[in-house]
Amino acid sequence: MLDLLWLVPALPLAGSVVLLAGALRFSQRTTSAVALGSTALSLAVALAALLDFAGGHGATFVQRLFSWIAAGDVAIEFTFRLDTLSAVMLFFVTFVGFLIHVYSVGYMHSEEPRAYARYFAYLNLFMFAMLTLVLGANLVVMFVGWEGVGLCSYLLIGFYFDRDYCAAAGQKAFIVNRIGDFGFLLAIFLALKSFGTVDFAAMQQAIASEPARFAGVLTPIALLLFLGAVGKSAQLPLYVWLPDAMAGPTPVSALIHAATMVTAGVYMVARTNFVYRESPVALLVVAVVGGLTAFFAATIGLAQNDIKKVLAYSTVSQLGYMFLAAGAGAFAAGIFHVFTHAFFKACLFLGSGAVIHAMGGEQDMRRMGGLRKHLPTTYWTFMVATLAISGIPFFSGFFSKDEILGKVFAAGVGDLGGFGSVYLALWALAVAAAFMTAFYMFRAVYMTFHGEFRGDPATAHHLHEAPASMTWPLRILGVGSVVAGFLGVSTALTFGRDMNWFEGILHPIAPSLEVEHTPTLAGEWVLILLSVAVAVAGILLARSFYSGARAFERPRRLAERFPAVYSAVLNKYYVDEAYDRVAVKPLAGLARFSWKGLDTVVIDGTLNASAFFTEIAGDLLRFVQTGNVRNYALLVLFGALAAAAWLLL
Amino acid sequence: MPVPTTYFVLFAVALFAIGAAGVLLRRSGISILLGIELMLNAANLALVAFGRQRGSLDTQVFVFFVMAVAAAEVAVGLALLVAIFRARQSIDVDRLNVLRW
Repeated sequence: MLDLLWLVPALPLAGSVVLLAGALRFSQRTTSAVALGSTALSLAVALAALLDFAGGHGATFVQRLFSWIAAGDVAIEFTFRLDTLSAVMLFFVTFVGFLIHVYSVGYMHSEEPRAYARYFAYLNLFMFAMLTLVLGANLVVMFVGWEGVGLCSYLLIGFYFDRDYCAAAGQKAFIVNRIGDFGFLLAIFLALKSFGTVDFAAMQQAIASEPARFAGVLTPIALLLFLGAVGKSAQLPLYVWLPDAMAGPTPVSALIHAATMVTAGVYMVARTNFVYRESPVALLVVAVVGGLTAFFAATIGLAQNDIKKVLAYSTVSQLGYMFLAAGAGAFAAGIFHVFTHAFFKACLFLGSGAVIHAMGGEQDMRRMGGLRKHLPTTYWTFMVATLAISGIPFFSGFFSKDEILGKVFAAGVGDLGGFGSVYLALWALAVAAAFMTAFYMFRAVYMTFHGEFRGDPATAHHLHEAPASMTWPLRILGVGSVVAGFLGVSTALTFGRDMNWFEGILHPIAPSLEVEHTPTLAGEWVLILLSVAVAVAGILLARSFYSGARAFERPRRLAERFPAVYSAVLNKYYVDEAYDRVAVKPLAGLARFSWKGLDTVVIDGTLNASAFFTEIAGDLLRFVQTGNVRNYALLVLFGALAAAAWLLL
Repeated sequence: MPVPTTYFVLFAVALFAIGAAGVLLRRSGISILLGIELMLNAANLALVAFGRQRGSLDTQVFVFFVMAVAAAEVAVGLALLVAIFRARQSIDVDRLNVLRW
């Protein structure tokens, strides 16, 4: 089955092509059959290929499809590569992708057939691009997928393009991502110039065989690649597009902006870990950006009232954790968090979709409350996923987040790259972010599902559990949010026994950086208990703030006592406004100047002036043409005489 | 003693000048065509004279060509003049300037 690996991305592409070729005229039933069929087949082929791969002995399987670019010494092949790292991604992208396709059938049923077909055409196209990104064996193939997912993200955020804010959000996502893609492109060029190849295996071999020769270019390549990751994975300072991206349909937020696409940056850093591990500076930058983002986004999440905005900032924050792990050299831990996050965050988003579905489009949590009675399945799956993201023991997020905190602390103690104190500070930030995560997630749970309903009576009458096509994906993802964590139980939890299967399989591809002094077993247990205590404290605080008879009273008093802080957090620190003033307005001014000033006056003016002078010259010269035959004859004679004179004299 | 070539050339120049003056000064289309004929025949005469001086027959071949072209030219030119006369009741070339500007 491994030889059929190319079918995994090709099938969703075929589905998308069929839907688009049908000019979006199919009925909802046909569209669902094409879209679900292609993703289900893709999932089946992926699972079969993974089973084959697990049974085989090779560490990597490379499938060369065709020679793509051949120019002089540079040869770029369109090649897929399956190793344990891409296998992990392949599994959850196809699996979660399929579940979200199923969920979308229920969620989008009220759309008219044309919009329905368009939605699934884009969603299938996204699956193709994401799988190409994951399977690409070199930077250029990865870049194809990278741009493809960006395009689909743009198309799906702006799905309701007749609403201004949706179209604007799509453009914002696309443009902010361009900044990152620019870094990625430069990294590809620099890699081509330095290595002569962009193939991952070939680059790794080149670095391993001649470390001294490439020492100078590794840090620039790593930092440029990271710029791409910062854009795609919504890290500081380019995170601003992700909260706005919630304008798209909720399953899109779950698939693209929580589970898969936004984790592409982490995957790319792990994929090119052979570059990062040689550059302590680049690692430090990755860790600092990740740690700051984890903390910063969590603080914004504290005061958001839109249920999807809370989840969006929580996604930004969790992505920060993943980069923090990668920056601490724990690439496997970062990918493990990507993996568990895909389950619980997809579950949370789909749960919020079920809530919004029941509320008739309302997203403001202040008008919700008490939904637990009406949406029991949504409630318990949302609860499980919330416990997972908060880091409560034996839910998946606990294992992955704890692994990250432990590795960052170890990097601090072990003085990784000579920046030990920085890593310790980042660890403290990450613990604080974990506290806030538990707080704002339980705030969302209490505001949405507990207490009394605060909306209008018409909505209250309408409240209902989602159809089976939506609840079954929720159930499956809810179970996944629990069990996914047991794949990577850290050695400290098992008292030194190595049962960390996840770390084990990723070790040949993305081994963690070793530091000299690691914390003792007792020390690690202190860390684990500390993070659990922090999570429980966050939950209890949320409970005392947003539950019971005096709900909302204390947060209101806090907001009244610190109005400046509250409004800053509520308004996301005015970052969008600052960007608008610093970047958007001047650029719009430059564009206006280029249009009204350069284009209309200088370029059009030059052309119009040359046309004007040509016309004037013609006006003057036409008087030479008298129309009198004898005049012409006389001029001919003069000409002949002049020629004769020239010849004779 | 044969007639010197210079005489022929001078005669040809005189013919040519008369023809050119006719073309430039006359307003009647037919007179202009006559002037052109004179100029062509001046050229023919000069060609024959130089051919005789050099003992070559090549120039006489040219002369035949010139006469053939001149015959064709007169046929076309006279036809044009007939057409112009029918349209305008005049063959005064100074009045043929409607396409000026």
